[in-house]
Amino acid sequence: MARDPVLTFTDRGIYCPAGDFFVDPWRPVDRALITHGHADHARPDHRRYMATPAAAPVMRFRLGDIAIDTLPYGETRRIGGADVSFHPAGHVPGSAQIRIEVAGEVWVVSGDYKIEPDGLCEPFEPVRCHAFITECTFGLPVFSWAPQAQVMAEIDGWWRACAAEGNTAVIGAYALGKAQRILANVDTSIGPILTHGAIENTNEVLRAQGIALPDTIRVTPEMDPKDHPGALVIATPSALGTPWMRRFGPVSTGFASGWMRLRGVRRRRAADRGFVLSDHVDWDGVNSAIAETGAERVFVTHGYTSIFRRWLEDQGYDARIVETEFTGESLDDPDPQQETAQ
Amino acid sequence: MKRFADLFAQLDQTTRITPKVAALAAYFQDAPEDDRLWTIALLSGRRPKRTVTTTLLRTWAAERAGIPLWLFEESYPIVGDLAETIALVLPPATRGSDRSLTDWIGVIRGLSALDEDARKTAILSAWNSLGPLERFLFNKLITGGFRMGVSQKLMTRALSQATGIDEAELAHRLMGDWTPETTSFDALVLTHDPAADLSKPYPFYLAYQLDDPPEDHGSPGDWHAEWKWDGIRGQLVIRGGQHFVWSRGEELMTDRFPELAAARDFLPDGTVIDGEILAWGDGAPLPFNALQKRIGRKTVPKSLLRDAPVIVKAYDLLEWQGEDIRARPFADRRALLDRLVGALPPEAPVRLSPLIAFDCWDALAATRATSRDKGAEGVMLKHRASPYLSGRKKGDWWKWKVDPLTIDAVMIYAQQGHGRRANLFTDFTFAVHDGDALVPFTKAYSGLTDAEFRKITAWVKKNTLERYGPVRAVKPEHVFEIAFEGIQESPRHKSGVALRFPRMSRWRHDKPVEEANTLEDLRAMLAAYGQGGKVGVDAVTPQETD
Repeated sequence: MARDPVLTFTDRGIYCPAGDFFVDPWRPVDRALITHGHADHARPDHRRYMATPAAAPVMRFRLGDIAIDTLPYGETRRIGGADVSFHPAGHVPGSAQIRIEVAGEVWVVSGDYKIEPDGLCEPFEPVRCHAFITECTFGLPVFSWAPQAQVMAEIDGWWRACAAEGNTAVIGAYALGKAQRILANVDTSIGPILTHGAIENTNEVLRAQGIALPDTIRVTPEMDPKDHPGALVIATPSALGTPWMRRFGPVSTGFASGWMRLRGVRRRRAADRGFVLSDHVDWDGVNSAIAETGAERVFVTHGYTSIFRRWLEDQGYDARIVETEFTGESLDDPDPQQETAQ
Repeated sequence: MKRFADLFAQLDQTTRITPKVAALAAYFQDAPEDDRLWTIALLSGRRPKRTVTTTLLRTWAAERAGIPLWLFEESYPIVGDLAETIALVLPPATRGSDRSLTDWIGVIRGLSALDEDARKTAILSAWNSLGPLERFLFNKLITGGFRMGVSQKLMTRALSQATGIDEAELAHRLMGDWTPETTSFDALVLTHDPAADLSKPYPFYLAYQLDDPPEDHGSPGDWHAEWKWDGIRGQLVIRGGQHFVWSRGEELMTDRFPELAAARDFLPDGTVIDGEILAWGDGAPLPFNALQKRIGRKTVPKSLLRDAPVIVKAYDLLEWQGEDIRARPFADRRALLDRLVGALPPEAPVRLSPLIAFDCWDALAATRATSRDKGAEGVMLKHRASPYLSGRKKGDWWKWKVDPLTIDAVMIYAQQGHGRRANLFTDFTFAVHDGDALVPFTKAYSGLTDAEFRKITAWVKKNTLERYGPVRAVKPEHVFEIAFEGIQESPRHKSGVALRFPRMSRWRHDKPVEEANTLEDLRAMLAAYGQGGKVGVDAVTPQETD
């Protein structure tokens, strides 16, 4: 007898019939389990939310007064006929893969994830399962990431050179995750670090929950950047090239994203420097992550889905595409919630 | 190669001009001389001959990367550059190499003497001894189309900084029919001997489009006007009993236009004329398609010589009696040109491009409005006192083109772009209504803003009906205004017409699909503006004209 699937794919989102809940739904629902706080995964207007304790503060900050129940990594909660647990996804602080077990059948929704520990968020943990629901934002063999230490050394080198030449180094990075990852890993002895308001708002939330970040100075209309020579400015991607930048005088611009692996995209972005730094898995990462789950069935949600599905089928997986409204690491159309400038 | 890769990285890591020129100038001072020469060659569009097909390169790269070929092929349009795709999929190199740029080019040139197995061994070995960026550059050297974000103009400026030689003088020295095999850095750049290269043309003077009213540029009496012909801007060089025909893209086209050899019978040695190469018949230009067909042929059959004969419409005189007269005022050069060319018999393949008499700007505007009837794109304005400058300069010369023709069309196919436009849908096919059907009639690639390209890309991804390889059929939902410079009959096209320089001038968000134009409208435009003769050429692609 064929078993009922643990999860089904609806126009409101990924749904668990046994537990009557959704995972990262994109339309308002009664109960939503949330993998992480990015706007394409944590949306407003659900009646009840569940997330990890570390993900909850940012969600409250972004979504306002929401009813949110927290579940620490590794603890199991029974919801209806489903056993649910959260496991580190290594994407942003508090991000989780959600493991759902119904009558011995285990499915895992990975949300967004990366394999390499980044010194900021809880490192990714592989979870064994029968079916794995994965992103493939960078699911092509042209995407492979250099070790973080190497990329951070490039950023430090650029910042140091800018400081020496009297230029302000302005780096574009997403307000939740990438910005703090850079903060947590650059060499703070080079100079002061200034932050765009949208980033500093997130920093404040993360610091309040006990995440250690180096000191930063919020960019405000009243401050004079000349008081902070040799600074690194961390800005939202959409602030690059706007009048907001004028206050810094001569600048060199950088952009940190997995898309910077492609020269054409880097040139289109018109930043002086592109740093290949992503909070998503690269090609080898996504393939090894899938292998480690032991899953036979793989659902791909966002990214180069049709190409990656074909590749997985070639490798012997039962692979399917799931249409979702997740966007992954977007470049041209950034997460609007991250762009609430001061 | 490391020094060259460093240079490339420096150029690639900034969008500002000053640091680019500084990086290049430093390179021209400290790189090995052979490498400097090759860098000048690469930055002026000269490259080593291709010695491996891209098909083989793709196959070997996929094999080395351990991925199926189909996966490589799917990745290529997303990266938008073949050399880069190969560099990105390959595993890291296990060795290093200290070979210079010139050495590696030698390796590439040497491949032609090898059989396929030996070529493969050489390529795999190269890939395994080059760093990521060097590997990309090595692939670029093989596949060609080298662009480093530096124009020939900036390269010349940097070379001028490095050598102390005047920029315009250098631009002239770098013209012509040289390759790194036939010259040296010293001979080409430092110790210039003009007699060494009889064929050498002068750098072309290019005009900007006139966007403000001509009244803003002073009195009509200070200006000459002439037709802006729609052919190939070129130079006819006559020296030492020989003639040479150069396009403004610096391509030597002498053999393609054998009828221009007769110019030697009418013009003396030591003559260089700037003009427009046109297919000409019955006192008017033939449709551009006729010329297009000539451009494509290295040897010209008699029938084509008869159907699409070319002439040079002379605009300007750059060398007279062996003397470079570019510094003299345009009015003087033009007077000399009149004396030289004005009285030639009709069988001469060089004709004077007539000046347009006008006493006020309104009169010139009225004449300009008749450009299409003349087979011209508009008029050129040249200041009487203007010297013949080098490159695109503002002030003394202006092109004043007629407004384009436009038609509202429906987007039906989309394809991703290359290079900077990789991963974006930028290449579209447009259709007009024909009863219930939509008939494709043109492609267009340009005219939208980056934001519009991003928007349409997101839309295409969600509204693909079918895929044909890289081409996607999309829902016929968006109307664009297509602007173009000319329209001709073309039996090879389903619609029966071919457009000249089509581009998207506006995204008509306000127009429903039903209100786009029809095939009948297009035919009416053909009747009103089409230039005679039927020429069976497949596609009308934009040529560099000026």
